[in-house]
Amino acid sequence: MEMDRRRFLKVIGLSSIAAIGSASLFELIYPKSIGAVAEEISKNGGIQWAIAVDMNLITDEILDRCIEECHKLHNVPNIGNSEEEIKWIWKEEYEHAFPDQKHEYVPEGLKAQLFPLLCNHCTNPPCVRVCPTKATWKREDGIVMMDWHRCIGCRFCMAACPFGARSFNWWDPRKADPKLNPGFPTNMEYPTRTKGVVEKCTFCNELIDKGQIPKCVEVANEMKEGSMIFGDISDSESEIRAVLNERFSLRRKPELGTGPNIFYMI
Amino acid sequence: MYDAGKIFIGLILGIILLLMPFWPTGGKWAAKGPEPELTPKAKEAKVCVESKSFMRMNHMKLLDQWRNKVVRKTDRIYISSSGKVFERSLQNTCMDCHYNKSKFCDKCHNWADVDPYCWQCHISPKENG
Repeated sequence: MEMDRRRFLKVIGLSSIAAIGSASLFELIYPKSIGAVAEEISKNGGIQWAIAVDMNLITDEILDRCIEECHKLHNVPNIGNSEEEIKWIWKEEYEHAFPDQKHEYVPEGLKAQLFPLLCNHCTNPPCVRVCPTKATWKREDGIVMMDWHRCIGCRFCMAACPFGARSFNWWDPRKADPKLNPGFPTNMEYPTRTKGVVEKCTFCNELIDKGQIPKCVEVANEMKEGSMIFGDISDSESEIRAVLNERFSLRRKPELGTGPNIFYMI
Repeated sequence: MYDAGKIFIGLILGIILLLMPFWPTGGKWAAKGPEPELTPKAKEAKVCVESKSFMRMNHMKLLDQWRNKVVRKTDRIYISSSGKVFERSLQNTCMDCHYNKSKFCDKCHNWADVDPYCWQCHISPKENG
């Protein structure tokens, strides 16, 4: 086909106008559809449960009770050594909880304090992204849930979690030292786990599904009213949003972009 | 053909032998399966979450459905075909009536040589000491 310069320029010009036009036409017919996918991921059906811990009210004694009650409720065994330990909630010093925010002039009181650590139920959880079997996923209410039936024990999630919130069952938990675990399993209405399965805090999904609050929050508030506030962080009218609006709070490793949902008000 | 009579008798006998397992005998010749024992509580309830025949055939499918509903869909309430409401829970609903695992679950499972791994995690009720 022969084409002179004039005709060539006409064709190029018209097709570029058409290309630009079609994108905006698409936007006109299906508004906001471009880029909507990325937005949706962080929405989680509108709910995101979160905990705000008031570090001025929480004490070592409260933390010990929280840990004990949580582990009793969920049949978490005491393995007795830190290499194979299983933990849903535990306590840690400032410099280990917030390694990126430590410096030598951190107030002495803060340095001495122990922080309750647990799964952050991240807005953008890396453990969920790496799980090859979808044994861990983000529920519509923001809980990072696990299906222990489906876990194959590959431990990718443990490598992906920057908070060390996940533990691996190296042995059958029912064979844990009976001296360290009197009366194990302690809750006959909840399962144990089995050898080769990863576990972590579930935000007490079994209680939340019945309209209750997580055990640690319940225990902490029984001992000291207001020491832990649980609520929907995506609801601007919620109590947790109100307290976070008043007080300065820290999150663990926020620079990683996982969006942790446990807040420490200092 | 030599010995046609004998051959045909042999053939017929052979075919009969081959087809014997498929004769409708109403289960008279089959090895008797074990009868799972019902606890007084289960007897009193008379009917499980679904009919006995359905449960015999499909309890494993029902349990599989239940666990997916509970764990993955947070849907813990089961409404049976007769309209009764149950909590979907092996450990807390099934075993509440059938608290005799060794004489209920295990009896058939051992006989049929199936080894479901429910009990590696789920806790079975204590059976008199």
